[in-house]
Order: sequence, then C-alpha cells, then structure tokens
Amino acid sequence: MERYALVVDDSQTMRDMVSYTLRQAEFEVVEAVDGKDGLEQAGCSRFDIIIVDVNMPIMDGITLTEELRKMGQLRGVPILILTTESDVELKKRGRAAGATGWIIKPFKPEKLLQIVEKVCGEAEYC
Amino acid sequence: MTDPMERFRLVFFEECTELLQQLEEGLVALQSQSDDEETINAVFRAVHSIKGGGAGSFGFKRLVEFSHVFESLLGAIRSGNIIIETAHFDVLLRAADILSELVEAAQSDCAVADDHGGTVVTEMSKIIGSGALRSGEKTSLFSKKIQEDALHRYQISFRPLAELFVRANEPLLLIRELKTLGELKVTVHTSAVPFLEELEPDMAYFFWDFSLVTSEALDVIEEVFEFVEDDCELKIEDLGLYLAAEDFKDDDDAGLFQEVDEFKEESPAEDIKPQPAVKNVISQSIRVNLDKVDRLVNMVGELVITQAMLKEQVGLLNPDQFSGLIGGIEELSRHTRDMQSSVMAIRSQPVKTVFARLPRLVREISASLDKKVNLVITGQDTEVDKTVTEQLGDPLIHMIRNALDHGLESPRERRAAGKPEEGTITLTATHRGERIFIEMEDDGRGINRKVVLEKAREKGLVPPEANFSDDEIDNLIFLPGFSTAENVSDLSGRGVGMDVVRRNIQNLGGRVRVTSTPGKSTKFTLSLPLTLAVMDGMIFRMETECYVLPLASIIQSIQPETDDINELPDGSLVMMFREEYIPLVCLRKIFSLSGPLPDPCEGLIVVVEGNGGSLMGLMVDELIGQQQVVIKSLESNYQSIDGISGVTILGNGMVALIIDIAGIQEITNYRSWDEDGRGKMNEQREVH
Repeated sequence: MERYALVVDDSQTMRDMVSYTLRQAEFEVVEAVDGKDGLEQAGCSRFDIIIVDVNMPIMDGITLTEELRKMGQLRGVPILILTTESDVELKKRGRAAGATGWIIKPFKPEKLLQIVEKVCGEAEYC
Repeated sequence: MTDPMERFRLVFFEECTELLQQLEEGLVALQSQSDDEETINAVFRAVHSIKGGGAGSFGFKRLVEFSHVFESLLGAIRSGNIIIETAHFDVLLRAADILSELVEAAQSDCAVADDHGGTVVTEMSKIIGSGALRSGEKTSLFSKKIQEDALHRYQISFRPLAELFVRANEPLLLIRELKTLGELKVTVHTSAVPFLEELEPDMAYFFWDFSLVTSEALDVIEEVFEFVEDDCELKIEDLGLYLAAEDFKDDDDAGLFQEVDEFKEESPAEDIKPQPAVKNVISQSIRVNLDKVDRLVNMVGELVITQAMLKEQVGLLNPDQFSGLIGGIEELSRHTRDMQSSVMAIRSQPVKTVFARLPRLVREISASLDKKVNLVITGQDTEVDKTVTEQLGDPLIHMIRNALDHGLESPRERRAAGKPEEGTITLTATHRGERIFIEMEDDGRGINRKVVLEKAREKGLVPPEANFSDDEIDNLIFLPGFSTAENVSDLSGRGVGMDVVRRNIQNLGGRVRVTSTPGKSTKFTLSLPLTLAVMDGMIFRMETECYVLPLASIIQSIQPETDDINELPDGSLVMMFREEYIPLVCLRKIFSLSGPLPDPCEGLIVVVEGNGGSLMGLMVDELIGQQQVVIKSLESNYQSIDGISGVTILGNGMVALIIDIAGIQEITNYRSWDEDGRGKMNEQREVH
C-alpha cells in the first residue's frame, strides 16, 4: 500500500529535506509552499501523514492544522508540526489546534522518520 | 553530486542568499516604518529559516547559535515584548551583517571563532533583557543528560482519553514503540468497554499496564508518550535495577543545542564532515530570472546571425591576402557555437520534472477505474529546454489518461485475452539527433480501427468514400472533434483530448503520432526539438527564394536517374531509394510557387526522414550550404503556415522559411481525401 505525505513549508531547503527523507522511506510526497496551498492540496487527495511548518506566510501552520482538523476526510490522519527548540508555548498551541505531534528543528533524517513512524506506523503494518 | 546532503547544502545556501537579502530589505523597510507587522514577520522568518531550515542539520554550530539569539530578539519584537527603537536598528543591521558572514564562512568551510559576533550577541541579549524575557530557558537547555546502561524495570500504566484519537494518535503504535525499547509485558484492561449498543466508536475504552525491562533511561520512555501525555492518564514508575550492572556513563556533551550534539554522539560515522570532504565538490549556483536568460539566448542568436554574415563576406575575399582575417572568423564561428550550446544548457532541464507527476496520477486513475497498471519510466534524466518541459505536462497527462481509460482493458477483459491482469504503460525519453523522443506505450487493446473510421465518417471528419491505410486510421484520433468513447467519462472521452495534445505538441515544434497493434498495444511517439531557438540547417534554393531544412532530418541528397523515378496512376511520383519506393514531393507545388514544374531528374532530390522514420524526397533547385540558424517564430511575427515551422535570417540578411518536414508529409498524405488536395493532384496529372 502506497503511503502519501503532504509537506507544507515555505522553506525550500526544509521541504527538500523532509520530502527526500520521506521518499527514502517510500512515501509519495506532495509539497505545498504555504498554509493556503497546503489546505488546497490536502483537500485534493488522500494522505497518511501531514507535516506542517509553523512559521509560514499567508496562513501559518497552527491555523492550517485547525483547518485541516475540520476536514472530515482527515480524521485519524496524523499531523506533525515543525517547530524550533523546545518551544513549549508552540507545542501547546499546536496541540490545541489538533496536531498529533511535533518535530523539533533542526533534526536529522533518522529522527524525522522515527517520529513519522511513531505516529503513522511502519510501512509493513499499513 | 549524488550525496543528498551535499545537494541540500547547496539548496540551503542558495536559499540563504535570498533570505539574507530579504532580511536586509526588511530591516531597511522597518527603519522607515517600524510597525509594519508583515515586514517584521518576514524578517523573523528569514532568520528563523536560516537557523531551522538547514544550519542545524549541517552542523554549523556558530551559525545556529548566533541566529538563535538573533531570532529571539526578532521574536520578542514580533510579539511586542520589545518596542523597536531607532537605536536598535544599528544592532539589527550589524547582526544581519554577521549572519551573512557566518553563512559565507559556513559555505566556504572557513573556520569561525566560537565567539564570532560576540559583541553583537551581547548587545542583542541586552535588548532582549530589557524586554524582560523569561530567563529560565537557558538553564534548562543546559541541563545534562545522563545515560545508563543498566537494565531497569518500569511499571507503566496508560489510560488514553478520547482526545488522543481526535489528534490522530494511536495506542497500538505506542505499544509497538515501547516494545522496541526492551522486554515488554502488556496487560490490557477491558472492563470499561460497554455493550455494543452503547459503544461510541470515537471513545477510548481500553487501558493498559505495561511492565518494561530496558536499559533506556526514564526520559526515553517518557518520549514514547511525548505526543500524548496530555491526552491520557500516564504513570511511569522506575522499579529499580533489574540486573546488577553498574556501568554508568556520564554524557557530558549535551550543550545548548541538544539536537545538534545528539547528532554527533549517535552517529559519528555519518557526522557531516563539512571541512575537507566537501570542499572540492561545492558547485555554486545562482537563481536567475528567466527573462534574463532569454535575453541572453536572443542575443546569442543575433550573434550567430552576425557571425554567419561575416563568414559569408569573408568567403568572397582572397584567401592568400586575408588569411589572418579568415582564420579569425573561423575561430569566431567555433566560439559562437560553443557559446550557443552553453547558453542553451542553462535552459535545459531533465524531463524528470514532468515525469515525476505521473506515477501518482496513474495510480489514482487506475484505482478509480478498477484497473491494474504498472508504469515503467526510463530515460527521465534526458534533458530538454525548459519551455519544452513546461508545456509537456498537459499533453502527457492527457495521453496517460487516454491510455488508462481507452487503451488498457479491465482485469477481466485482460484475463480473457490471455494477458496478465496488470497492464503496463512504458514511458521512455531518448535523445535522437537534435530532438527528444518521448514514447508512451501501453499493452492494452490497441486502436479499434473499424470504430475509429466509422466515427470519423459519421462525424463528417473524413469523406465517406476515402480509403485509408491502418496507420492513417490510427492517426485520425488526432482530428479535432473526434471522440470514440461510448460513455463520456470524467477522465477522458470528451473529444477534446487528442487534438489538443497534438496542438500543444505542434506549438512546441514537435510531432505526435500513434501506432497500434490491435489487441496488443498502442504507442504514442512525441518528437520534440531540444531547443526552440537554434538548429543546424541546410539551406537550399527554389527560384530566387532560400529555404532551410533541419540538417538532422536529411538522409542524403541525390541527382536521380530517369529510371529511378516512377509515376503512380494518381499522378504522384515515387523514387527508388535504397531498394524502396519513396514518395517525391514537389515543394513548388505545395507552396504554389510560380514557374514551370521541374523535371525531377534535372534538379536535386533531398531525401529526408519524416515522422516515424518514413522517408520522402523533396525536389529542390540547388543546395547552398549548411549553417546554424536561429529560429524565429512565424506565429508571433505573422501567422502559422502549414509546412513551415519558422523563419530565420540568413547571413546576407535575407529571410528564409524553415521547412517543417512532418508538416509537408501531412499535407501530402491528407491530399488523398482533401477536396482541395484532389484538385491539385489532378493538375499534377495534366502536367506530367
């Protein structure tokens, strides 16, 4: 079963790194460049995981997460927010918005995959 | 450059340059209008992205540290904790300078002092301090991490709340994760599960007790529950050492930036060695506005024309007298040619950019159609001009849809036909000469020629009595307004598909044709020019006009014997070439030139390769020579003409039309049923 990931981040470096890492783990990755774009993409297809940056132009990651959680078809889909350091405040806001978990930047690829697998399960279980 | 990390580094630095520029522009803008929220956000984001976007992942420690403080300051300004004052700008701008220095140092692998920009950090901290920022943050980050190798036994009780599911967390995954830490005994409590009629699917009813024996520290176990700690009742108890093993390891390394340091601790082998290893691989890249590149391409085009003109003039000079000049011009043409290919390479892109979208499309469509399809892609690193890749997407998607919808059968039909249930679509890109060929083949039912011909007649697209070869029938699907789908589906079959594909491809100077084996396969072949700007051409003359033939499609030019040429009953001419008859085409007639029609044996015949490798002979008056020509669009300067793909300016300033061989082929082929064409054919009969 193919797994699909949506990566929403305004930084190309970040998008590239996250996408590359996910593709290594055999995810099909769709990228979006800001919250609004992410919301549109999320409405178009099925996803197994959504990774969202917090600081983005047009629509930030927290608002995006809230909007995504309102979408019925994304029920049960893990949403991870990308945040820096251990910003407790942000984690709280992320949780309140409905995020499943968070990834602290900077991270190394293994860490990312570990967290993705944590909320999404490993490929063979899917 | 296969190392992905190296690639990310490059993108990171490219992005840094942009971000630093945004930062500086933002700061300058803030100076004049200090309360613009969006500008403050943009400035913050720039520093934030430099820090988070990559700096940490690549181990640029000082860069991370510095940008962290910088970000904190900007964050405090953004959140209104600090009211920005004129005096602050000096610090901010200097911080931007130092950030840029640090980025530069990181890029060139220069070592920087650990306290580079220290004074600015102090000043920034002072400003932050004036905003009375929370002070606990720093000490907590410095906290030490202690790792133990001894086995401990933990008792964990875990009771999820319903919110856990709302946020899409999954207890099963947590349990699996716990299991990876050591030996796990799981006790599940089902006492809270209600009767089925009272069961709410969204509620959490199970709760668990775990007994875990592991060498991991408590915080590792806590980390398992990191995302759910507020959505459950959780108790983790350390029951003490499980087996005696007292080998404590004190990990003193944890510093301000835990993630970075962890990175070093855990995988020393993969630790990025920024210094010597990558130094020689660094290739710099810049982002350039496409307009600028196009202007360059245009200018090089003009240069080619000028050079051709010079070369022509020099050809008239006495070689003994002007040997230096002639040699110089020779050199100039070589350099011009090199320059041209370098410039064109700037605009080249691998077709991967287009192909990458397709696998998913295929999966989604095939799923919705209940068909099983395997998409095989080869040659996706083939490079082609950016304009071509940009405009290739839509036609390809159309063709893929078409193949999935009409070409491939349902699994049941396939089984009945003795084929594997899973259909295969092969997509191949190759370079051949000056063109790129993209072939898309499916192993489906092929084109049903009977239905196609009937439909085409029924819709009045072709005259009812005309006869067609199989190949011609297949290619009728490209006629505007043609659609054979019995049911109009939402995928394809609205009759707008294939003629749009053909038009798009033609706009790119390309050709598309289809070949099909009934019951076996359908194959679409797109042939596109690698670049839309230049080509090697053969210049020939008819009457007083010069024309250009693409050199790549010329096979041979010959002066035929009378015996080689035969006239068919319908008046058209064929010529014996390499033991096969090929059609002879009189360009004079196609372009309605004045003057008598030539005897083919007196002029020259240029044998050219058209679509799908089929040959034809073109009658011309005289060959003048080969030359690189700059293609100018006919459409944008005049209007499109059948059989002409563009124009160029020759060395002597004359305008020459560029012959579109496939177009000529089409004109002659469709004559057989074209009313107008038949008229012309009669004329021809009278002449010969």
